[in-house]
Amino acid sequence: MISLYISHPSWMHRVPAGLKLLSLMLISITLFPVTYLWGMVIALTLTLALYASVGKPALLQLRLLTPLAPLFLVIFLMQSWSVGWLEASILLLRMLILIMLANLITLTTRMDDMMSAITPLFVPLRIFQIDPKRIAFAVTLLIRFVPVLMAVIQHLMEAWRARGGKKQIWKLAIPLTIQSIRLSDHVAEALAARGGISASPKTRVVHDESR
Amino acid sequence: MTGIPITVQTLGVMLAGVMLGPWRGALSMALFIFVVALGAPLLSGGRGGLGVFYGPTAGFAIGFPFAAFAAGYMAIWLRRLPVFPATLMAAIFGGILVLYLFGITGFKIISGRDWLDATLVMAVFIPGDLVKALIAASVAQAVAKGLPDAIMTRRS
Repeated sequence: MISLYISHPSWMHRVPAGLKLLSLMLISITLFPVTYLWGMVIALTLTLALYASVGKPALLQLRLLTPLAPLFLVIFLMQSWSVGWLEASILLLRMLILIMLANLITLTTRMDDMMSAITPLFVPLRIFQIDPKRIAFAVTLLIRFVPVLMAVIQHLMEAWRARGGKKQIWKLAIPLTIQSIRLSDHVAEALAARGGISASPKTRVVHDESR
Repeated sequence: MTGIPITVQTLGVMLAGVMLGPWRGALSMALFIFVVALGAPLLSGGRGGLGVFYGPTAGFAIGFPFAAFAAGYMAIWLRRLPVFPATLMAAIFGGILVLYLFGITGFKIISGRDWLDATLVMAVFIPGDLVKALIAASVAQAVAKGLPDAIMTRRS
């Protein structure tokens, strides 16, 4: 399964996804006016405590933050140069806290729970004749085909190595593109043969009323 | 290692636009970035989740659909030209010009820098993306020979 989700249960897992997303929004709004370094340090401590309360797997996932380090350094140097190290630290701490909190939601929320928390936001799309269920279906298809395409890439790499691996590796992008287009055509045909992704009768009625 | 890892990510954006056309390209990228937000670690270096949208490179992620749209639109506009130059220019327009517009704006908002500084920081990655535009154009040219119908921006 491709997901950052931690299956080890914790109290954070039991909080409804919508509530977690709403809290993140509120926290990001409240953190923006904070201009004291100690305020940020307290917030960071609380965030770390939150990670600790979820458990060791969550703390281990803090390594997700390491790719950000070089860019953080660049921002810190530039900001220190122009507005001082204190402002720079506050800005970066705020960014770090929000990234950590957002990641924590991702770690403790299953993707389908997240999806069902967000789906109500798609309801207005009915005006444009788009059924929110179609979006859910597209999401499922995408997730399903990630491992399939990974396998295609792996096969291409193996064949490339078997041939000696000398030619430029970027050329694998050509068969990869052709195979993914063929694959998507096949899936589309298979879907059409099974009657397509038709809207449920109930939503059809909604469409009819809106006309 | 860099903050915005040099990967094939933008190659995907360019190809989506050039191969699928503006609307499908943009929708495919919107779907992709939506699934990333849901928690799939599909970005370079296994990144994903909501944290992406609070980081210094959030602008790039948000710009993906717009960049694909721009690339697709440009490819249609240039479809009378031979495949390689048309798709190369489309990839540069969408995958670099438009994408960096979003990326630099996002970086500027998040880092509090002015336009010039934000642009200078991000400019480091442009050479790599130019190479990717060349690859996108080569892929499009090869696909145009093998599967001519697959390039939606060149259907008459």
